[in-house]
Amino acid sequence: MSKKYDAGVKEYRDTYWTPDYVPLDTDLLACFKVTGQEGVPKEEVAAAVAAESSTGTWSTVWSELLTDLDFYKGRCYRIEDVPGDKESFYAFIAYPLDLFEEGSITNVLTSLVGNVFGFKALRHLRLEDIRFPMAFIKTCPGPPNGICVERDRMNKYGRPLLGCTIKPKLGLSGKNYGRVVYECLRGGLDFTKDDENINSQPFQRWQNRFEFVAEAVKSAEQETGERKGHYLNCTAATPEEMYERAEFAKELGQPIIMHDYITGGFTANTGLSKWCRKNGMLLHIHRAMHAVIDRHPKHGIHFRVLAKCLRLSGGDQLHTGTVVGKLEGDRQTTLGFIDQLRESFVPEDRSRGNFFDQDWGSMPGVFAVASGGIHVWHMPALVAIFGDDSVLQFGGGTHGHPWGSAAGAAANRVALEACVKARNAGREIEKESRDILMEAAKHSPELAIALETWKEIKFEFDTVDKLDVG
Amino acid sequence: MPFKSTVGDYQTVATLETFGFLPPMSQDEIYDQIAYIIAQGWSPLVEHVHPSRSMATYWSYWKLPFFGEKDLGVIVSELEACHRAYPDHHVRLVGYDAYTQSQGSCFVVFEAR
Repeated sequence: MSKKYDAGVKEYRDTYWTPDYVPLDTDLLACFKVTGQEGVPKEEVAAAVAAESSTGTWSTVWSELLTDLDFYKGRCYRIEDVPGDKESFYAFIAYPLDLFEEGSITNVLTSLVGNVFGFKALRHLRLEDIRFPMAFIKTCPGPPNGICVERDRMNKYGRPLLGCTIKPKLGLSGKNYGRVVYECLRGGLDFTKDDENINSQPFQRWQNRFEFVAEAVKSAEQETGERKGHYLNCTAATPEEMYERAEFAKELGQPIIMHDYITGGFTANTGLSKWCRKNGMLLHIHRAMHAVIDRHPKHGIHFRVLAKCLRLSGGDQLHTGTVVGKLEGDRQTTLGFIDQLRESFVPEDRSRGNFFDQDWGSMPGVFAVASGGIHVWHMPALVAIFGDDSVLQFGGGTHGHPWGSAAGAAANRVALEACVKARNAGREIEKESRDILMEAAKHSPELAIALETWKEIKFEFDTVDKLDVG
Repeated sequence: MPFKSTVGDYQTVATLETFGFLPPMSQDEIYDQIAYIIAQGWSPLVEHVHPSRSMATYWSYWKLPFFGEKDLGVIVSELEACHRAYPDHHVRLVGYDAYTQSQGSCFVVFEAR
């Protein structure tokens, strides 16, 4: 039935609060943690979020009547209390599929976390989770290769992969940088990594770095008889330069490149990921700037959303924090979002911070990368938390070894393999961590020295962003 | 005063991927790993190759993958039979996972003589 134009300002909840609505399988669902201004009813604030992140604007406009806005509007269909928090609540919002361009994570985020975050009726707003419908997922490229293909390419099975970032992260010449890569790889690492800050600075232009690194990788492969790789950072100021670097990495026969997906942006990331699929290249993803967005418990976007977005945009490895190292991240939450990277179906589980069932269909999995302030003593916990489909990266824990990076690498490799072997044999590796490492050190002077070097280092600070519990 | 240094020299070693940095396993330790493969529901598979081709993707199968085999003794016998037939080859045990189409476990049991 046609409606009459009634100019003026209506309450948002008249249109966008629909508690009877049953979400469709094709709807994109979002859960926001909302903290409204004092005195504004929850339903009104929640409806405002639904409106401002979909079809609404502050005033009624005549041109709404040219379309069937009920077909396109986002709807808040549920409000829930946040356990242990009186001032905030969860708002669940359903968005019709047609609001979003196929395969565009950029478009989804522009709508869901666009203007609405600056809305004055809100004190704080945080996007906690998105349930992507299968109908949208099937339009996204996803990881260029996935876990299975990466294992086959790199010939690594039955254990987490082992890597490290080259240090110092800035200031080495290309040749010196290649030297450090070579030392790490000959010592037993599978991968080394460009630090995210390394792009193409005056002290080390990218082409020079790529050439020396390629030689280091080749030498290490020949001498160890194992397959090796180095994440060549292709993040650049423009897409044209990014692709130029990627092409050169391929020309040098390198297996893997790297991109910073938040500073680089989702459009650049999706493009590079498609290039990787087409060119048979693995893609390592760094997440610089994520903590600006995800660390505050009441504002921003939770990392589980950024992780889901990355899986859809494309990447074969993504940094997830370490739980035990120097960077933020609690264990249950981390387990929750590494499931989102690797599994084909993740059920709703509030104890892991997952607000929705999420079906990933045929989308390949992404390796979880644990990196930052970890050393050999953490190895048993890391293997237990992250499992085999992970990359464990020890920077200071490799280069800081008294004998140098090669010995540091070997110490980590021995520790890793000892933990995997013990786990397979049915031992509880976290409880028996000391025994397992000390036994392994009997056969490895490199490990014995590493254990001595880092025996006192701990990062025991409470996490800032915790799961909401009463 | 004699020369003394606390810094050791790390010598590069040629290794055969997973468990290549651990000392050779005892019989019991190998049994534990086979039991793990069987307990995961993976199919045991024995492969071998001449050391000159150890970096190749495809090693030769020993017979066929032992689909559904649950008997640890059978797998031990097959590993030994492969080693006897190809004493100058590396012999590895794979836990083949049909669900992921990947190898849940893979390590060299006998290095070439």
